[in-house]
Parts: sequence; structure tokens; C-alpha cells
Amino acid sequence: MINFTFDGKAYEAQEGDTLAAALLRNGIGLVGRSFKYHRPRGIMTAGVEEPNALVTVGEGGRAEPNTRATDVFVYEGLVAKSQNRWPSLSFDMGAVLGLAAPIFSAGFYYKTFFGSAKRWMFYEYFIRKAAGLGDAPTETDPDRFSQRAAFCDVLVVGAGPAGLSAALEAAEAGKRVILVEQDSILGASLIRDPQEQDEAWIDATAEKICAAGGRILTRTTASGYWEHDLVTLTQRIAEPGQVPPNGVAQRLWHVRAGEVILATGSIERPMAFANNDAPGVMLSQAVRTYARRFGVVPGKRIAIATNNDDAYKTAEALRDAGAEIVVILDARPTSAGADSGFHVHNGVPLSVTGAKHGLKSVSALVNGETKSWNVDLLAVSGGFTPVVHLHMQAGGTLDWNEEAQAFVPAISRQKVKTIGGAANPEPIFTVAPVSNPKKSFVDFQNDVTLADVDLAWAEGYRSVEHLKRYTTLGMATDQGKLSNMAALGRLSEKQGVAVPEAGLTTFRPPYTPVTMGLLAGAGARDAGAPTRRLALFDIHQAESPIWQPLGYWFRPRAYPKGRETLAQAALREAQAVRTTVGMTDVSTLAKFEVSGPDAAAFLEIICATTVNKLAVGRGRYTFMLREDGFVFDDGTVWRLAEHRYLLTSSTGGADRMATHLSYVRNYLCPHLRVSVVNVQEHYAGIAVAGPKASAVLQAMIGEYPPRHMSTVPAAIGVTPVIVLAASYSGERAFELYVEASHAATVWAACEAEVMARNGSLYGLEAMEFLRIEKGHLVVGGEIDGRLTPHDLALDKMLNKAGGYIGASGLSRSALSEPGRKQLVGLEALEGTIPEGSMLIRLEGEAPQGHVTAAAFRIIEGGSIALGQLVDGFARHGEELIATSPTRNQRARVRVVHPHFYDEAGERYRD
Amino acid sequence: MMQISCPHCGPRAQNEFVYERTIDSVVALDAAPEEAMKTLFTRNNPRGVDEEIWRHTYGCRAWMVITRHRVTNEISAVRAVGPEALP
Amino acid sequence: MSRYSALSLLRGAFNGQKHWQPAWRDPEPKAHYDIIVIGGGGHGLATAYYLAKVHGLKNIAVLEKGWIGGGNTGRNTTIVRSNYRQAELHNLFEFGLKMWEHLSDELNYNVMFSPRGSLTLGHSDADMTMLAQRGDAMRCDGIDAELMTQDQVAKFEPLLDMSRSARFPIEGALIQRRGGTARHDAVAWGYARAADSLGVDIIQKCEVTGFVRDGDAVVGVETTRGRIGAGRIGICVAGNSGHVAGLAGLKLPIESQTLQAMVTEGVKPMLRSVIQTQSLHCYISQSDKGGIVFGGDPDNWPSYAQRGNPIIMEQAVAQGLALVPALSRLRMVRTWSGVTDMSFDGSPIIGETPLPNLYLNGGWCYGGFKATPASGWTYAHTLATGKPHALNAPFSLDRFERGATIDENGSGPMPNSR
Repeated sequence: MINFTFDGKAYEAQEGDTLAAALLRNGIGLVGRSFKYHRPRGIMTAGVEEPNALVTVGEGGRAEPNTRATDVFVYEGLVAKSQNRWPSLSFDMGAVLGLAAPIFSAGFYYKTFFGSAKRWMFYEYFIRKAAGLGDAPTETDPDRFSQRAAFCDVLVVGAGPAGLSAALEAAEAGKRVILVEQDSILGASLIRDPQEQDEAWIDATAEKICAAGGRILTRTTASGYWEHDLVTLTQRIAEPGQVPPNGVAQRLWHVRAGEVILATGSIERPMAFANNDAPGVMLSQAVRTYARRFGVVPGKRIAIATNNDDAYKTAEALRDAGAEIVVILDARPTSAGADSGFHVHNGVPLSVTGAKHGLKSVSALVNGETKSWNVDLLAVSGGFTPVVHLHMQAGGTLDWNEEAQAFVPAISRQKVKTIGGAANPEPIFTVAPVSNPKKSFVDFQNDVTLADVDLAWAEGYRSVEHLKRYTTLGMATDQGKLSNMAALGRLSEKQGVAVPEAGLTTFRPPYTPVTMGLLAGAGARDAGAPTRRLALFDIHQAESPIWQPLGYWFRPRAYPKGRETLAQAALREAQAVRTTVGMTDVSTLAKFEVSGPDAAAFLEIICATTVNKLAVGRGRYTFMLREDGFVFDDGTVWRLAEHRYLLTSSTGGADRMATHLSYVRNYLCPHLRVSVVNVQEHYAGIAVAGPKASAVLQAMIGEYPPRHMSTVPAAIGVTPVIVLAASYSGERAFELYVEASHAATVWAACEAEVMARNGSLYGLEAMEFLRIEKGHLVVGGEIDGRLTPHDLALDKMLNKAGGYIGASGLSRSALSEPGRKQLVGLEALEGTIPEGSMLIRLEGEAPQGHVTAAAFRIIEGGSIALGQLVDGFARHGEELIATSPTRNQRARVRVVHPHFYDEAGERYRD
Repeated sequence: MMQISCPHCGPRAQNEFVYERTIDSVVALDAAPEEAMKTLFTRNNPRGVDEEIWRHTYGCRAWMVITRHRVTNEISAVRAVGPEALP
Repeated sequence: MSRYSALSLLRGAFNGQKHWQPAWRDPEPKAHYDIIVIGGGGHGLATAYYLAKVHGLKNIAVLEKGWIGGGNTGRNTTIVRSNYRQAELHNLFEFGLKMWEHLSDELNYNVMFSPRGSLTLGHSDADMTMLAQRGDAMRCDGIDAELMTQDQVAKFEPLLDMSRSARFPIEGALIQRRGGTARHDAVAWGYARAADSLGVDIIQKCEVTGFVRDGDAVVGVETTRGRIGAGRIGICVAGNSGHVAGLAGLKLPIESQTLQAMVTEGVKPMLRSVIQTQSLHCYISQSDKGGIVFGGDPDNWPSYAQRGNPIIMEQAVAQGLALVPALSRLRMVRTWSGVTDMSFDGSPIIGETPLPNLYLNGGWCYGGFKATPASGWTYAHTLATGKPHALNAPFSLDRFERGATIDENGSGPMPNSR
């Protein structure tokens, strides 16, 4: 015995029970409330197609709302709650909505609630509260979800007789086989109809499959069929709400299959008659399953309504279980069941009556007369819908099988075939519904009736997609598994065409709903984003810096001392650079080693500046254009040796630049004799800047350091380094590049020399202050992908010979017209310039530009900034307002030249 | 998710590859400006087969040209490009 | 057109809802129209409506190859907002947003525009500066935008993970309170019904297979239902712009890519606004039916497949769960894809083509739905007068060759630019 609770009350289940079976075992017929009218609903099916019996299972962050009671196996301590009812399941105030059903016809909300948007939001508040089913958990999910990739020769979906046989055949032929079954046990239809092949056959077959190397996964659903025979499987390791044994609740498989065999069977159809949604109306095969598999007979006096032979098996099963078969209503015109030994009438159900907790009677049209029987259960079989979802997701087509009144797989687009009941459904006889369409439900969960389908038709929503969208038919959690064919039937009747001409909606993944946590996997914790750590991470971390995210990197933004704020720390660090010396980690800069006889020729294609005149040991500033002529990155290029260059560019653009270089080298210039190697992470980089930087360098490398824009190879101790004399800060400065694995020793040596001179570490914030004051550009700030070299005042550096990427783009007419934004400096006349703020002439006027970066004069103080301004080159001296309405900040500024510090570059010289 | 046969590595999941552009949008280095802009800013974009440049970025990093149907995703050819593929 | 109202519904309650007429006619195509709009999506139907309503034109047809609203109109994540950084974009979308605010009344069809707030999260100081810049640009042009602090965000959307240790911690947000969602199908149906009542012929199952030329000029279309002449023809088939323009021999700065979206099973209200982020690539909102609607990146390669990709889907869900952990046990019930026109600066194209009488409206990337009223209004102006309206003048087709691109992200001339 297994203990579980439903709506707070304790019950007992038997081993192997689904929650639905356990509820029925305990005589519980009322399980949920419908979406729109809050009609009482029971259990209709025994499978994943269940539209009615939705409950919340589990507690806290593990609670799974909208769980089908037919698709959860009871475990000790299972907690289930009914949904969408208040105050209780049996007395639900929401049911008053049902009284208003004549008003709430299909699409009623499109025809009312007019007025302002605010007024709609007032109505919407109540509509939203009434809609939805269960409550989402508010706590964090304590469990994990794993993901796994697999390959196989044959993937078999469905472990009924056809699937088991196919899997065995493939496995014994030496193929790698995966067999998946959504149920907890194998057998599928054999479980309810064990006559032909019994449990022993199932067990023996499974054993042979495994012995031949096949893999069998139960509680696993093939939920999506994607491109090139990729199938996603969702495997339940723990049941909904259950504490998983190893912390992993479910597993997602990506299986790339050589061939896919679909043995997915079919789903029984309900019938349309008045109150066909009442608790106590169940599908025939479901009733048989409860009787044979679970030993639960959910009624004593039972009627059966059918249009096929299969339902007679249900009658037999129920009779064997001791129930009374009051009547069989067989829709077929001939006396199909006459010799069955049952009380058979040729007729179709009209209506059922009954309270919330079970049926009282069923009435039917028999030979033109209405007859009625007292029953407590009605088992219906309206035919069979092959499960063609995966075949269709794979891009296949369907044929119409007239005998079965069903769509069956026709042409397959991928390596997939369908076998068994899914390919060959049983023949049926179809009769048009004769009952009150307003009470005849087609989509049970969303409360869509035949009358709604009729209304949509009358109003012109006649394509099947319009019908679906207007009535919400097929859009509930059961994804139309029970409703689509009934609606298509009605639609084709209206159109006066055969069903296949009425159209078909798309079969979209997933086959059954998939837990979001499973799709996210480990990504739920880190958004699937890697973290890139500096080689010197531990050294920085020891200083407790403020970290700044930059792409996937984290870089020190400042190293506050004591109770310093970020701004205070950054200013102190920047002042150290201006007055003594500072050092910072520049490892993340993009770095490429370009070598070979054609290295210079290659770089002249990449860089918009000249490169080939660079002497060995010298470097220069450079920038790169996209093919459309806009500047997209900048950096430096160094000639390390005759045929060997180092190219640096921005951190943020590093991956983009790597791809760009590779594309140009491999696709555009395969003939060049050049090698381009991305050495971004091979080298760690340390920048040393300040009036005492030369002294620091000399102490470290034991020789007088190279002059500005020169480079030398050197060694610190035994560690080789590349020394570049380059400055972003405006001071005499050097960048040291060292193999990342040796970075710590070089950093330590450097830090000792810097500290010995009262220097300081500095972070990105100080670097930002320094470069703004100097008027240096940053990618993502001034270089925003929308400006030309001319706009950024870089045009004088362009390679006059052309030949670089982007030269063609620059020739476009609008790029030389007036009115373009241009780089300017800004200094505050009053207030502090807000970064990112808009530049306007007068309040109320449209912006003419914006502030790309703001800082302070490091020594003298005073707010300064860089910006982009329409026709800015010609507007030096003009006064503007830098305004940030979202932050309620503004400053009066003067447009100036964008170099606030040492414009002549004298500080680069020792 | 497609499966692409890298000329160097064999069949691999498509998320190892990055699409670059179609071959009709390759701007030759020596193209005249007007021609270059036309190439850059127009596409055949057929609802059918096209030739595309992809890179096995999260694999061998080699470039290739893939002939693919835009509706069915059927890949009819993959050829290597780059210095290694020169005659 | 019988008017919709609460009263008419009540009347229906007593007559079994039997008095409703078809929302639009099913006319046979005429031999000639003054203006033909190709494409019966929201934009095409809105264009036809404003041609009839604002410009008083009587002889207009909308040709739809399938069923109206069946393309991207019925496949998007229904977000409406105007919070763009670039003035040309926010001015166009704001013009539309103002129209959304009265659209249900205008059309006598409840499009359920719900200005529940468009929230863009920032995950670093740099993000917050970018958001402030965007908000400031909007505010200076008279569009609502507010910055929110961490505390305000936490109060506004309590299920967001505000922990400081998150991989993308939430530092604040930019909110456009007037932004929100609308019911996508209703937009197509509402415009269709209103246009039909003004005499517009909406012709479904009528695919354009070619253009009829008189020299350079386009004077009609060949369709699966025969040849139809026209004074002016407006292409309005985003997702298939390249294909249809190709029938006229035009090559466009557009690549078609698949964008997918998904929705969970319905749950009781848990999210209030439309959540987007500055650093991640997912957007989340809750529909009136209770489903959580998710979107992510497009597949970054050309496709007309209208089929999704599990990897992109899993990435979007991972990012969504990192932001809202409480979504973990909800179940994704449906995923779908649309084919989007990815233009080469991320902005739409509305205006003339090099061929006389032929006009183009497309290139909406993944942001066309919110523009529906503004797109229809400006395109109608362009088609009626032969000249662009000031709002769509910057979005001309020739801006690419001229160098006057409108590049919101600064990412350059490829839809998936590096």
C-alpha cells in the first residue's frame, strides 16, 4: 500500500497505480474544473491525452501544476491538489461562469470590453485571474535536470507489440537500438489486451533486446522530431513532485538516429453529445485499462457507446470484472454486436445526466426514439486517431484512411517510418453528432463546444487555423489530441467537403508538454553563459577588487582601499598613473600573431591605416572598417620581426575580430603566404603607465625600455616577455605580454617595482578616466559601429593607397553629406555631465547627439566628456545642455576639442 | 538542429558550426565600389537551394561551402575552402 | 458591419448567438484594382484599411496566399513597445504605440492591447548606462521611459531572481509603462473586418506567382486565381519579401531567417509585464490565458523552414529560468516558428522600389508586430500618394547603397554581423 493525499485527504494506492487509477480506486470521480466555465470534470482517459484530470502534484519548488493524473505514478507521500476552483473542488464559485455560457460564446472577448487601453486592463485583471489552471511555484526548484546526447542506428518509439518486435529485429541484426516508452512498463496495448502476447512475451522480448545490446528507456517520451533525424527524448527519473534519488528529476536526450521507427499507436476518440464532459463519461479503452491493468472498475452499471468493434473488448473486460453492462449503443447500422451476448442497440448517445460525482443516466436515439438507461458510467469509443505527431514534425505528409476516418502517415521526409496501429487504425463507422451542440464538448479543457465551432464558421473563421485560433480549440495542455478530429469533422460537414479537404493544423513539438527546467538543464543557474577568468584571477581576487563583467570576462574595475567608493578608488588609482606609476591587467585584449612573407599585405587588407612602412621594432595605432565602411574596432599593430606582426584590438570585439581575420585569410585570400594565430589567451598582458613607468621597466628588464611605439623582446628573470611601448592613458606606458602560465611571476615582479615607487594598481574605471581625458576612443563607446573614420577624426590616418576592407563602403554618398554625427569633447560649465545623456540646444528640442563617455579631469577636477554631435567638428565653442531625463540630471556644457590632456603627446617622451 | 558533414571531421551537430554568409554576398577585394555595395546589400535569398559559407568554429575551425535547401534543410554538398583546398 | 458590443453579445445569449454575420466577405477577385496589397497579414490588412479610411480609396484588394494573419502576425510574441534608441525608429514605433492605445475602438474589435509595461533589465553598470541613454533619447522625443532601481524592479516583478550572486545579476531596468502586449490574431481579424466593411476585397487562397509588366512599370499580378491588374502594388509579405520581390526581378537587402517562440501551459497570474534584457537573448510575458510566452534568438542562418531548433529553444529557456527561477516546473506545451525578413541594418523598409508602381514594405526583422498600425498607416500614405510620409522616409530601400542605414545595434551589414 502506498499513501498519498488529494486535496488534503489521505488515501491509499496500490503499487503501480497512476494517480488516476488510485483516485478511481478510492471512488473519487470529481478531479478538476474546466478552464472557462469551471465545469466539474473527472477522469476521461488512461494516458497522456487526458484533458480533464489536471492536478498540482508535489510541494514547494517541486510542485508541478497541470499534471495529468493519468500520467503520474503514485509514490509514497505524493501530494496532489485540484486546481482552478475556489473555495473547493466540489463547491466552486467559478462555476457561475457556466451560467453565463450563452454570452461567453467563442471569441466573445473580441466583441466587447471596449474603451481605453486602461479600461481593458481593468477587465483583463479579472480575466487573467479566472484563466490559467494551476499556480506556478514561487520557490526555487531544488532538483537538477540533466542533458545527454546519444547516437543510434534505430530509434524505436513505443513499446507495444509492433515496437517491441521492430526493436528486437533491429537489435538482433546487430544495430544499435534505443527503444523508448512513455509508460512505466512495456507492452502498451498488450497491457489492456494481453490475449495475443502476454507479459511473459513482453519480458522475454525486452530481455533479448537488451542482450543484443539494445537500450530500453521507460518513462521516456520522444517529444520532438527535428532536422536530420534528431529526436529529443524526455525521461522522467522521478515522478512529478517526487524527491529524486540522485537529485536529478529528469533527463533530456538529444538522439541522432540513423533510422526512426514510430510504433506510437493511436488515441481513442470521444463522441459528441450533450454533457459528454461529465465525470463518469470515459473512453472505452481507458475503462478497459483501469479494469485489466489496475483492477479498478470505475462503475457498477455501465453503458458503452461505440462505432467500432474494439469497445466490445471493454464490455468483456468489465463483465469479467463483475460489472453490469446495461447497454451497448452501437452506431453502426448493421447489427454489428448482435451476437456478442450483450444488450446491443443501434443508436448514438444524446445526453447524460448526473451530479458532479458520477452519472445517473444516459439517453440515446435508438431507431428514431429517445431511450434512457440508468447507469453510473458511460464508456465511449468514437474511433481511433493514429499518433502521427513525430512523423509530421519530421516534415511528412498524411493520407486519409476512409475506413478508419483517420489520417495515416504517407510520405516521410526524413528517415522515419510508422508501423503498427499508428499506420493501420481500426475501421469505424462515423455518424454526425445529433445532440445539442451547445452542450457537446469538442475541446474539453478549453470548453469549446460544437456550437462554438458552428459560430466560428458562421462568422467567417473558416480555415482550420482560424477556427483553432478563434475558438482556442486544440490549444489546451492536451494539445488537441482528443479534439482536433472532432472539429475537423464538423468543419468538413459545414464546408460540404471530405475531411482531408477541410485542412489540418500543424503538428508542433513537443508531443507532450515538457518541463521548462529540463529544457534549461544546468543553464537555469548560469543562463548557459560561460565565465572567462583572467590568468591572474587569484592575484586580483586577493585584493578584493570590484569586478566588472565584459562579455564573458570579469575584469577588476577598481581596487578600493578601506571604505573607498568605486569613484574614490578609481580617482586615486588614476592620480597615481598621472603622478607616479600604475599597473593594470590588460590580458583580455584581442591579440593576433600574423606572420609570413605576405603578413604586411594581409594586414593592409584588414587595417585601414598603412602597415607596410612600419620598421621592425615599431608599432602604430590602427583601426578596422567593416565592409560598409564604418569603423568597428581599433588597436595597435607591431612589427616584431621582418615577417612577424602582433595585432591587438578590443576585448569586446575579440571574437568578432577573430572570425573576421579568419574569413578574410581563408576565404578571401587563400593564396597569401600568411599565418594568423589568435594569441588572446596565450599571452597575459600587464600595462604599466605613469611618469615612473620607464624606471619600473628598466628595473625589470635590466635595460633602457623602448621609446614610445617601439617594441623589444626582453626577459624578466628567465621569463621571456614582449615589451610594447604603447599608451592608452596618455602617460609614458608599456604593455608586457607574457605566456599566461608565467604571468604571476611577472605581475609580482612588476608590482614590487610599482609599489616601491608609490604606485598603484588600477582597474577599468581609472583606465576609463585616463583615456577620456586623453581623448582616446573605446569600442562600444565612441566607436559604436555607426561612424566613419571621418566622423571619428581618423580620416587622416587612412591608407591613401586604399585596398583595405571598407574602402568601397566609404564611397557612399550619404557618408559625406552634412548632418552626420562627429566626435567632440565636452566640458561642463555647470553641473556634472551624465554619461549617456542627450545633447540638446534647448529644452524640448530633439537631441543632436549624446555623451559617449564622461569623466573628471584627474588632477584639476572638473567634469569632462566625449560625445557624438551632429556636425560637431564645426561647433567647437558652442554651449549645449547634456540632459538625462531618466536620471533627472543635466549639465551645461561647451563643445571642445576631444583632447583634454597633453595634446602634443609630450608625456610619451622620457 | 541540422547535422553537417565537415570535410575534415565528418558529421557533426550544427551547433558546432557558425554561418558566415551566402557566396553571392562575398565582396571580392578588388570589386569596384558600386559593385561591392551591390553585392554586400542584396541577396538572392531563394526559397530553395543556395550556397552558404559556414565555419566549423567549435571544431576544426575550417571554412566550407554548404549547398543547402532553405525549406527542407537538405544538404546536397559540402566542400572545403581555404588555403588547404587550393588546387 | 454589425457593431460589436456587450449588448450585442447579450442579445446573442437569447438567440443562441445566431445573429452574427461573417466578419469579412469572401469575394471573387475583380479584373482590376486601383491598389493591390500583396499579403494579408496585419500590416497588409492595416494598409488596406487606412487606404480606405484615411485616403478614401474604394477599389482596393488584399491578396493572401493562405489565410489572413497566418504568417508572422499569428506567430510572434505579441510585444508592443516603442523603446528604441535611434530617433527614426522610436518615432515610427511611438506613432504606432499611440494608435494601439485606441485601436480596439477604432476597429470595433477588441485587440486586447494591454499596456502592462515593457521592462528591459540591466545586468551591469554598462547595461544601465546603455538603458539610460536609450531612455533619455526617448524622453527627449516625448516618449515615456523610466529607469528603475533594483528595489523597484524587485517590487514590480517579485519572481525575478534579484540575488547578487546570479550570473547576470539584475542591477535595474528601463521600463516603458505604455508598452505591453496585444492579441495578435485579433489585430489581423480586426483590421480585416474593418477594411472589408469599407469595401476592401480580401481575397484568401490567392498566391501571387508573377508580376505583369509594361516596360519597367508593374501593372498587375499573376495569381493562382488569374491575372489581376492594378494601378499601384504594395508588397507586404515580411518573411517572404525576398521571394515575392524576386518575382519582379528585384534583389533585396534581406535574408530570411527562422525565429521561434514557445508557450507553457497556463498558470495563474505570475508575471505582470513583458520582460526583456539588455545582455541576454530572451523575452518573457504571460498571456491572458496564463501561458508564459517565450522568445529567443533567431536561428542565425537563412531559412524558410518554419521549423524550430531545440538548441536555440533550450538556450532561451535557460536564460529565462536564470531570470525567473519559478518557471522551472512549468511545462512548455507548444513551440512554433516564423520566417522573418532580416534586413541589413535591423530596420524595416517601407517605400518605393526601382520599378514604377511597385512598393515594398518588409525587412521587419523580429519586430514587426508592434509596428502594425504605424506600418499600415505610413504604407497607405506611400501607396496613395506615391511618396513616403515623413515617418517612413528614412526607411527607404535605397538607404543601403547611399549609406544612410538606421542601425540600432551598430552591428553592420549582415543580419548576424560579427
